[in-house]
Amino acid sequence: MRNKAIEVQNVAKSFGSFQALKGVSFDIYDNEFFTMLGPSGCGKTTLLRMIAGFEAPTSGSIRLHGRDIGAEPPHKRRVNTVFQSYALFPHMTLEGNIAFALENLGWKKDRIRARVAQMLELVHMSQFANRRPAQLSGGQRQRIALARALASEPEVLLLDEPLSALDLKLRQAMRDELRALQRATGITFIFVTHDQEEALDMSDRICVLGAGEVQQIGAPNEVYEDPANRFVADFIGETNFLPAEVIAVEEGHATVRTPLGQVKTYHKGARVGAAATLSLRPEKIGLDEQVPQDAPRLQGVVTSRNYMGGYTHYTIAVNGVELRVSKRNAVSHSASLEPGRQVQLGFRPDSARVLGQ
Amino acid sequence: MRLRDFRIWGLAPAWGIMALTLILPIGIVVLVSLATRGAYGGFDWGLSFDSYAKILFEEDWDGNLAFTPQYLAIIGRTLWLASLTTLICAALALPAAYTIAQAPGRWKPVLIYLVTLPFWVSMIVRVYAWIIILGNDGVIEKTLRGLGLVTDIDSLLFTDGAMLAGLVYSYIPLMILPVFASIEKLDGSLIEASHDLYGSRWVTARRVILPLTLPGVMAGAVLVFVPCLGAVLEPILLGGGKTMLMGNLIQTQFGGGRNWPFGAAIAVTLMVLVMIFLMLNALRARKGGADV
Repeated sequence: MRNKAIEVQNVAKSFGSFQALKGVSFDIYDNEFFTMLGPSGCGKTTLLRMIAGFEAPTSGSIRLHGRDIGAEPPHKRRVNTVFQSYALFPHMTLEGNIAFALENLGWKKDRIRARVAQMLELVHMSQFANRRPAQLSGGQRQRIALARALASEPEVLLLDEPLSALDLKLRQAMRDELRALQRATGITFIFVTHDQEEALDMSDRICVLGAGEVQQIGAPNEVYEDPANRFVADFIGETNFLPAEVIAVEEGHATVRTPLGQVKTYHKGARVGAAATLSLRPEKIGLDEQVPQDAPRLQGVVTSRNYMGGYTHYTIAVNGVELRVSKRNAVSHSASLEPGRQVQLGFRPDSARVLGQ
Repeated sequence: MRLRDFRIWGLAPAWGIMALTLILPIGIVVLVSLATRGAYGGFDWGLSFDSYAKILFEEDWDGNLAFTPQYLAIIGRTLWLASLTTLICAALALPAAYTIAQAPGRWKPVLIYLVTLPFWVSMIVRVYAWIIILGNDGVIEKTLRGLGLVTDIDSLLFTDGAMLAGLVYSYIPLMILPVFASIEKLDGSLIEASHDLYGSRWVTARRVILPLTLPGVMAGAVLVFVPCLGAVLEPILLGGGKTMLMGNLIQTQFGGGRNWPFGAAIAVTLMVLVMIFLMLNALRARKGGADV
């Protein structure tokens, strides 16, 4: 059994009449890369700030390795934060920034010097030790913010959308670096983001938050392939929602009647007679030669297309509904489908999901 | 007209005002300081450094010059009192400005307005108010006596302490405002980062807030220190005229002392001191500029 690093128990938080969190509970384990994902205003940052100690829960408790930290001020918690704006001290050198926490902990000078050097090396910034934050690029500041927060080996590292200020290429590289750093240090990372791609890429587990509640917790492929509800299916990735009428429910499978015909597949919360939704990801639908084997074939008409390089996104009208379909451009000069053209399309029923209301 | 000409002639009115109100009076004061005292008051134009010598040397009955520390002591005391006032103002203004900066948004303008409120009342009236507070049978004395803490105390008024209190009171708004401005500019996440990295409130104040608001404190220090050097009112009304400061010395020479050249020499000395202080401050700011 793995050790619990953080236990969030029935935590609620109100700002005036606004309920930011409506009593959420979950555990985060040691050595885990845990991501809190959700749209802005879902309460993820509030939750992170409560773990850091900058906000107090209105009710409920937060435990750090079994100890209730509700009343502890931030400077007493062995929890460090990488801030969205990095919040590096502009009047200190990089060394000074990294040494700050260690000095506050009362470490001996020699030990601090050795540790700072080690941290600078860890983030490949040794040659910049005496620079000041203003002399660094965004990515370098990010690395120093990480080194500073990790220097004292906190019990948990909190990351508040740390990649949002970086440009696209750098963001991609920093994802890999972050993940590698987490593996190398073995410290529990709690990462907050609204970027589902980041979350899917880096996390061991993702906690999807919406409207102040936990919508689903699971591994990246679980929340993507088996969303717990419409909110999760909609927020993570792209999907087509089709109205569905539930005909039968048996052992995890539901049979529904949809504009695309009758579909029998896995479901979450479907009840016979009640309205439901069929969620069908654009990449699960094949066009022409890419229609999966043993999938029923349908006829449709291309209404629009968006060329994306690796993929082309099509909108296709089928049986009175519009479907978003993404087609992998498997070979160069692959035939692009003109709007107005007739196409064959199909999907394996078990790659769609029935979601109850 | 070409742009270059415009740059020269366009600024002419500004230069004219500067020349008339700043350079001309200073020139006159410098010239007077080089004049000699007239036999029947007034002064005779000339080029003599006697008045400057008088600051350091005294002519005895035999006409020999002997070193005298009395004016130097006044200059020293003035510098000391101005420095002390500046320090106390800074110490009080930092927490005050921080508190204002932390106040809810709608309260901030009100609090800032309250800080500037004393400026709406004449300086003399405000200093007189301190006489009522500190004087015999004043508010403080009555309160202490009423509480039975003291039966008889020496007068609080007409002491160096009273003078200092008056100076701090008069000039502290000039410190609070620039310090507040620099605290407002401070990124709140830096304070959170300090707490997050095990910094107590004290550590955060000393190692993060203070160094980052230092430009504001230095600006405030100039605004407080410089007028303190020339303070006239507080030494007379609250110090009881017992303690002479440079401002009073100058005033006395132009008034009762009837030694205009000497008064002008001290005024020029004061001006040079202020300029040295401002230049040191500017140098410091330029050196520190890269840091902050």
